[in-house]
Amino acid sequence: MALMLVKFDLKKRVKLAQTVWFMYWFAVMAGVLVFSMGLFFKIELRKRSELMDNNESHFLPNLLIFMGLVTCGINAFGGKVCYDSLDPTKFAKWKPMLKTFLVFCVGFNALLIVTALLCFLMRIPLQFTLAEGLRNGMRYYKDTDTPGRCYMKRTLDLMQMEFRCCGNDNYRDWFEIQWVSNRYLDFSAKEVKDRIGSNVDGQYLMDGVPFSCCNPSSPRPCIQYQMTNNTAHYSYDHYTEELNVWKRGCRDALLSYYGGMMNTIGALVVLVTMLEVAVTIGLQYVNSSLSTLANPEDPESESEGWILEKTVKETFTDIMAKMKAMGKGSKVEEGGEAAVATES
Amino acid sequence: MPFMPVKFNLQKRVKLAQGLWMLYWLSVIVGILIFSLGIFFKIELRKRSEMMDNNESHLVPNLLILVGVLACGVNAFGGKVCHDSLDPIKFAKWKPMLKPYLLLCCGFNVLLLLTALLCFLMQFAMYLTLAEGLKNGIKFYKDTDTPGRCFMKRTLDMTQIEFRCCGNNNFRDWFEVQWISNRYLDMSNDEVKDRVLSNVEGKYLMDSVPFSCCNPGSPRPCLQHHLTNNSAHYDYDHRTEELNIWTRGCREALFSYYSSMMNSIGALVIATIFLESVDMAGLKYLSTALEMMSDPENPECESEGWLLEKGVKETFTELLAKLKMLGKTNQVEEGGEAATAAT
Repeated sequence: MALMLVKFDLKKRVKLAQTVWFMYWFAVMAGVLVFSMGLFFKIELRKRSELMDNNESHFLPNLLIFMGLVTCGINAFGGKVCYDSLDPTKFAKWKPMLKTFLVFCVGFNALLIVTALLCFLMRIPLQFTLAEGLRNGMRYYKDTDTPGRCYMKRTLDLMQMEFRCCGNDNYRDWFEIQWVSNRYLDFSAKEVKDRIGSNVDGQYLMDGVPFSCCNPSSPRPCIQYQMTNNTAHYSYDHYTEELNVWKRGCRDALLSYYGGMMNTIGALVVLVTMLEVAVTIGLQYVNSSLSTLANPEDPESESEGWILEKTVKETFTDIMAKMKAMGKGSKVEEGGEAAVATES
Repeated sequence: MPFMPVKFNLQKRVKLAQGLWMLYWLSVIVGILIFSLGIFFKIELRKRSEMMDNNESHLVPNLLILVGVLACGVNAFGGKVCHDSLDPIKFAKWKPMLKPYLLLCCGFNVLLLLTALLCFLMQFAMYLTLAEGLKNGIKFYKDTDTPGRCFMKRTLDMTQIEFRCCGNNNFRDWFEVQWISNRYLDMSNDEVKDRVLSNVEGKYLMDSVPFSCCNPGSPRPCLQHHLTNNSAHYDYDHRTEELNIWTRGCREALFSYYSSMMNSIGALVIATIFLESVDMAGLKYLSTALEMMSDPENPECESEGWLLEKGVKETFTELLAKLKMLGKTNQVEEGGEAATAAT
């Protein structure tokens, strides 16, 4: 008893082939979309790889690019087969390949599902990479004369302005590190010597933040220095002041940006998977309806189409039997070789 | 003697019609492009209309939008005519409309030329508007509590950050205005009182700039205050310091942004004029080739196509003669009316 049997006459077959051809071209465009999303994601990761400690995993965008290309190829082939399916002579040359192609499609769909899952799961390693990278970024902010780190300040400033964030968790992270280079500190000044002497590491710490933390929407000019000292500024209370600097931490901001991107891409891949499953089923119907023509010479004869030749259980037991047979075949060969070896 | 005659057989006519049809669809796409560029330009002007004193002229983007829509319509009609031109029955219904259509195309080309000219000339008006708007913007920077101006600070800060500029001509413009609101000045403080009294208008002036002037590419943390005082900062010389804050003025930056946009759009409109002229020439050839078939029943006969029925000079003199006749008819009518009025 075949799974989901459908009767076909010539008109229905033609309509089916045309619809599936159309859907295959949609699927090719979907493949191009997946490819470009992978490329876009890769570029975005590279743009900010300094903030991720040059340690970010490019596995997911590479996988998306690969899947996009394979999708395009498979669907273009499938479209060609559908286009030729209405001409018996042309279809005859594709027929032997179809079974393998359909099995390959099923495997490919499974891989697409895995890709979609990865899109949602890779957020977690990204969180750790960002935390580490941003912490180091802030530490190297002042090293504008060290080769390899001289652009960290600019990158971090531009990022804080673009994502409207300050520091790792919040702006107080800047209070815990020295972000002013020693080249610009007057070591003969008493104030500088006091600050450096006040902590174990000999760092120049202050309750100030870089200018890139400033919020342009604040009604008053930005207060960057002596932020916890209410008397240093007129009519200022740092407990209630909210609009002065960005309150959000950059790790949160970057994570939500990349997380949103990955969620969107994951949702898109899920949609593409559903489309792929639909076209695979369509092609199976085309294949089975053309294989079971009641009268092979007469194109107008009726035929039947199905998804599986037998029911799910029977197909499954068939596959298990085949695999066992293959396993036994290998054992027999080994046994035969051993016997031959002992004999000789 | 026709102007630029070309002989056509059936194959050549078919090829001409097909090529012209594709060209007309390309022109429709170009029309859509002009329309969307007009909308983009309008949005960009609106985004920064605060910087232009809400006084900017929307003539150019509105004209571009109109021209884009007209181009789409005119070219779609032309494409339809080309598509039907190979079928004598369908072409017969378009035939009478062709002459006025070609005249309309001529007029449309003149409109395109006017648009291109405006794109290049309105830049002067834009420059003046920007100068005025930015000067006022800097003046109203501190008025974050005045309704209607409370977002000026934010707009100006974001403009300076985005366009990497500071002040109107350069950063010293900030030294000449009070950009800190009085609400945040401690009027009982001696230093504040000194500064306020030091100038005629009682403004709190200082040699500082807002944070949005800071250049992230500077190796040292941004120096905003006491910019002209070398001793206020360690290892600082304001005459040689270049990377600390943006040195370009915002009028310069905004003007170069808008002028490059207008130049590109103007260049595109000029290219459209050429494309439209080619379309018109092609359509004229096609229509004359189809009209001049030596044997109307036989579609495979030869025919001749041209741009003008007589030479350029002759056509011109004819046009002038027609215009004079129109003028004379008016005069005769007026004379006739006067005569009837007198009687």
